[in-house]
Amino acid sequence: MDRILLLEDGSIFKGKGFGSLIDTIGEVVFTTGMTGYQEIITDQSYNGQMIVFNYPSIGNTGINRNDYESIEPTCKAVIVKEFARVPSNWHNHMNLDEFLKNKKIPGITGVDTRKLMHLLQEKGVMRGTIVDAQDDFNHAFDQLKATVLPIQQVAQVSTSRAYVSPGNGRNIIVIDFGLKHSLLKELNKRDCHVTVLPYDTSAESIINLEPDGILLTNGPGNPNDLPHVLKMIETIQSKIPIFGTGLGHQLLALANGCRVVKMKVGHRGLNLPVKELASGDFYLTTQNHGFLVDADSIDQTNLAVTHVELNDGSIEGMKHRHYPSFSVQFNPDGSPGPHDATHLFDQFMDLIDFWKEDNKV
Amino acid sequence: MTKRTDLSKIVVIGSGPIVIGQSAEFDYAGTQACLSLKEEGYEVILINSNPASIMTDKGIADRVYIEPLTLEFISKILRKERPDALIPTLGGRTSLNATMELADSGLLDELEIELLGTKLEAIKTTEYPDLFKKLMVELNEPTLESVVVHTVQEAVLFSEKVTFPLLVMTMSNKMGSGKVSCKNTVELELAVSKSLARSPINKCFIEMNRTGYKEVEYEAIRDKKDHAMISCTLEHFDPVGIHTGDSIIFAPSQTLTDKQHQVLRDASLKIIRALKMEGSCTIRFALDPVTLSYFILGVNQCTSLSSAVASKATGNPIARTAAKLAVGMTLDEIKKPGTNQFLSEFEPAMDYIVSKIPRWPFDKFEQGDRDLGLQMKSTGETMSFGRTVEESLLKAVRSLEIGVSHIFLEETALATDEEVFQKVSHAQDDRLFYLAEIIRRGYPIERLAKDTHIDLFFLDKLAHIIEIEKDLRNHIFDLEILAYAKNYGFSDEFIALLWETTSQKVEAFRIENALVPVYKQLGPYSKELETKVSGYYSTYEEENESIPTDRESILILGSGPTRIGQGIEFDHAVFHSIKAIQKAGYEAIVLNNNPETVSTDFLVSDKLYFEPLTLEDVMHVFRLEKPIGVIIQYGGQAASKLAESLDQLGVPILGTAISDVIHSQSPTSFEKALDKSGIPKSISTIVTNKEAALSSAKKIGYPILMRPISKFNEKKLEIIESEQDLETYMTRSFTYSPYSAVLITQYIKGIEVEVDAISDGTSILIPGMVEYIERSEIHTGDSMAVYPPQSLSPEIKETIIQYTKQVAQSLNCIGLINSQFVIFEDDVYISKVHLHASRTAPFLSKVTGIPIVELATNVILGQSLKSQGYEEGLAPESTLVHVKAPVFSFAQLQKVDALLGPVMKSTGEVMGSDRTLEKALYKAFEASSLHLADYGTVLLTLTDKDKEESYSIAQRFHQIGYQIIATSGTEKFLTSKQIPVQTIAKLDETKNENILDVIATGKVQLVINTTGRTKKDVKDGELIRKSTIENGIPLLTSLDTAAAILSVLEARTFLTQPL
Repeated sequence: MDRILLLEDGSIFKGKGFGSLIDTIGEVVFTTGMTGYQEIITDQSYNGQMIVFNYPSIGNTGINRNDYESIEPTCKAVIVKEFARVPSNWHNHMNLDEFLKNKKIPGITGVDTRKLMHLLQEKGVMRGTIVDAQDDFNHAFDQLKATVLPIQQVAQVSTSRAYVSPGNGRNIIVIDFGLKHSLLKELNKRDCHVTVLPYDTSAESIINLEPDGILLTNGPGNPNDLPHVLKMIETIQSKIPIFGTGLGHQLLALANGCRVVKMKVGHRGLNLPVKELASGDFYLTTQNHGFLVDADSIDQTNLAVTHVELNDGSIEGMKHRHYPSFSVQFNPDGSPGPHDATHLFDQFMDLIDFWKEDNKV
Repeated sequence: MTKRTDLSKIVVIGSGPIVIGQSAEFDYAGTQACLSLKEEGYEVILINSNPASIMTDKGIADRVYIEPLTLEFISKILRKERPDALIPTLGGRTSLNATMELADSGLLDELEIELLGTKLEAIKTTEYPDLFKKLMVELNEPTLESVVVHTVQEAVLFSEKVTFPLLVMTMSNKMGSGKVSCKNTVELELAVSKSLARSPINKCFIEMNRTGYKEVEYEAIRDKKDHAMISCTLEHFDPVGIHTGDSIIFAPSQTLTDKQHQVLRDASLKIIRALKMEGSCTIRFALDPVTLSYFILGVNQCTSLSSAVASKATGNPIARTAAKLAVGMTLDEIKKPGTNQFLSEFEPAMDYIVSKIPRWPFDKFEQGDRDLGLQMKSTGETMSFGRTVEESLLKAVRSLEIGVSHIFLEETALATDEEVFQKVSHAQDDRLFYLAEIIRRGYPIERLAKDTHIDLFFLDKLAHIIEIEKDLRNHIFDLEILAYAKNYGFSDEFIALLWETTSQKVEAFRIENALVPVYKQLGPYSKELETKVSGYYSTYEEENESIPTDRESILILGSGPTRIGQGIEFDHAVFHSIKAIQKAGYEAIVLNNNPETVSTDFLVSDKLYFEPLTLEDVMHVFRLEKPIGVIIQYGGQAASKLAESLDQLGVPILGTAISDVIHSQSPTSFEKALDKSGIPKSISTIVTNKEAALSSAKKIGYPILMRPISKFNEKKLEIIESEQDLETYMTRSFTYSPYSAVLITQYIKGIEVEVDAISDGTSILIPGMVEYIERSEIHTGDSMAVYPPQSLSPEIKETIIQYTKQVAQSLNCIGLINSQFVIFEDDVYISKVHLHASRTAPFLSKVTGIPIVELATNVILGQSLKSQGYEEGLAPESTLVHVKAPVFSFAQLQKVDALLGPVMKSTGEVMGSDRTLEKALYKAFEASSLHLADYGTVLLTLTDKDKEESYSIAQRFHQIGYQIIATSGTEKFLTSKQIPVQTIAKLDETKNENILDVIATGKVQLVINTTGRTKKDVKDGELIRKSTIENGIPLLTSLDTAAAILSVLEARTFLTQPL
């Protein structure tokens, strides 16, 4: 079926529909990763967004049971040059088309995604809608203009009830802002006993569970929407070691007085180089963020920059000068993407142990 | 900056002559590396024996030595130059072997020369299978089951524990000895006993061969601070079992999930870190198609074919980076050239799909064994970019220069189902075409995937192409279907075939409906990034990124894939014309599709279009760029074949007018013109049937040279000696081959001379002429060229100069003119005229110091020779003697007869220069690995007509103390002339020891064989030559070469003769 992608600046991209054929509206963002579309589509950080894949052939390996980052993806659309009609991989059990149909996510194929990416780079991310080609453009455009993109997206994707992923080691609480499964995998690899809590759990409830450490996860949307979470962080950061990733990193920054601002385009890809300031080392990371910690705002706070992105110098990691907390903007778990930064989980474990040692009475 | 400041002078060893397995990619790598080191302020000394390369041109390194890459000569240079360090990893196996020899000889220690990039231990680890296996076990990385054996029994015992096929590899300190695949115990026993006999340490290595597994490659880079990354991933279309160089390859990998990719990425980084390389390497994996498990197949620690493909696929020249890493720089200090991007571009995110298809030489070698396996057989490759796999693949197919516009061959359509199935399940060079055919006939791809182990994903892409074919056939001149087909890479030519119309009509319909391609930039995503990277590829999408500038531009057509007869000399020409065009103030735009070349580096030209060399693809670029003209003189056959059509479409062709080029190629009209100017030429005539052939031949007189008139006119050249042979030939040609006409030429066996000249329309400069050692029955590309000529009288030279001028004038030549002459009994005959770049031009440029291509380009652009400071006529000749010698790849091409003749068979060349002809010859022989001992035994098997001539050859061998073995006929003749000869039984004589036995048992050190030129003893001759090549014994098939080698031996030895 002929469908179109209409953007708020009036641009039109023609293509064919696949996946679900419903109409959709969302924020159009692009990612440059060549692999890992299943992980990306099921990453809750893309909640409400229409994902443009720069790599032109998507769906080559189908969908398999091991590569979900969440069970119910909430992105708004998948925009590709082409999707593979016959995927091939040893554990493929469904093609992308079918998967998107099941999950009621519309896709559009045949789009000059490189042109679209250039447009987004030039004008910044913007709202877009996918409708049928024979629909009334003007009506669709008016609707798009009138749409206010959702806020409080974390509430949509966070777990509503606490659950446990048992282990024999350190007791970790994961605050779920849009948890990627691979974060749990990393903790499980280190034999942690993990309790996943809803995003709005109070500081008191957390402290009562006596965790050894707290992981603030990735998640979608604007961190400024979550003032009560900041209070929770303020209360616990002096008491329990914290590791923040993605949205968790931004929340830690806000809780300590930084500003977090929206980026023009954002960083979304699997090959973004990050430098660790202390060692001078650098490695490639997976990133997916549309907001960042304002570099001008950090000097007045108790936070110190630990990592920067090499190409634009933006803040990619920081730590508290006095409290046992640190965070990174990128996804240290990769998935998809390189494993170059998984040592940060070991660093988190070490931090927990040192903190325990230091606070022995 | 972490760059080494304790080093100042660095030696780079090149890869020597082009042979199958070591092609133009090493010229590309070496050139980049030298420039990269110079950019960092180091003094660079280059040693290479290959005169056709760009790296050996002035200005690439600080000093260039074109000398044999043997211990003897490299040592001499190192003692003279006293460098601080040496980079061993940029010249393939040749350079690695030379480096190991240098290390073993103790010279590196003595002169305190440091190895940069890769240490000796790392080289050994990756090259010796047992050491490699040990390291992998230490790293806990899975390798194939393997064993080192000393006896055949041990091998058989091992084979009982594992499954066939097994690979057998001889262990010795020479690297890169090939692997032999065995399917059963009988083959294994034979292979192991042969291998053990060849091994100086009586050991061979046997490993399992995971035929049918998926093969992927990872290009890793690492710096001295242990930062490491993957610059490119490559996935093979052909499963494990076919050599990388002979596999169709896609980049990036297509059918791996991110999890699989990350597992292999981790393994690759672990390995490059364990090897402590400061540079790059390629790690090859075999993946089980049905589980996550994998095996490491091997590591290439030098830049390779894959690095060239990866460099061009990602726009990031790996050898350039590797050279900088080798001198201690770290990855965060190196910018991607042409951009201000660090790092992230070293593990790039691509938004296109790259296909690489090998180019095999079987159009030249029809009897060659076309089976694909572990022995690489292709001579070159084409690469293409597209936004879908289909588009990318179809563009690569029509870049192959084999006369196809699609994955369609007429012969596949004619084959029976049984034949098609055979060709699909048994991989040969044309398998892709048969895969398409079997799908076209409705064979299900799921079954095909099981039969061939080719991934279903790729087979579905072929199936999709076939579906589009059907749609096209059912919807003639349907715009929507046409647009869809163009989107997936279909050519107008093939669509025209399906629509039973002409490509012009398809094109007109397309253009009428504004269906034209756009061009996407190869490289950084963001338009905001400062970028000088100027590579583009076409696709049928919306946004065009290639915006023509206001500057006047010139489009230069390249020569496509490297193949026999179309070697790197054309890359050399294109490279230098780009530089000349830029110097003259124009924008230089290149169109080519060969990833191995220097001229397709994204920074060399102002704009590079990585496109097929077809009329359609060239015209698209022409219409967009509107250059002031197109240069075709440097693109060899690929560009020449387009000349007429381009001219007809009104494209301005710079240089000699196309009508004159056509005139020069037409035997009849050209002959008339020569007659008019009184230049003798061998008589020729075109015949279309047997009767005419016989009567013409009678008039001309035997021997005659037969040349079928077809698109690829060199392929079936044959010398015919008798009426009887002619009858057989004509029957064969007209009954079994699609030829409609044959050109018969009088065949004159004389001294061949080749002249490269530049004409500006009024005056003609002849930078130099070369004389060939072998007489005219052997293709000049396979002969040894000597500059300056040693045996020509001043009168003959003058005649040649005069003829050259006359021909150039009569053809109104502007630019290059290459002509060949035959001198017979003091008469000069003209044999060939080419109005394009030649094989001899790079050699002559180097030895005369005259920049031939630069001058020719300036002439084409309108400058006179005089204004460039050159006088008319033959340039003063040098006092040194230079010899250019051919190098062959017979060891790689089984069943290709090593007998030289009118069809070119060499793949590369070397050069030797010195004060005397003998010394220069010696160097040329050494450089081409034709090393002869001072004493030994020579085996002579000669055809009857050569016997008279053989007398002096035999006598000279005898005088320097060589023993002579010959078959009875030759023996009788020589004994009658008082030369002591030992007889050896012919093949059909039943004796204890026959001729093949003395070859196989190492009793002879040189074989001179000229049998088999007449039909009678073809088979015996072939067997003798095959056995000689297999046993690594020097083989000469021309008495002229034998005489040359004798002159070297004589110069080296003292005469011992009784009074």
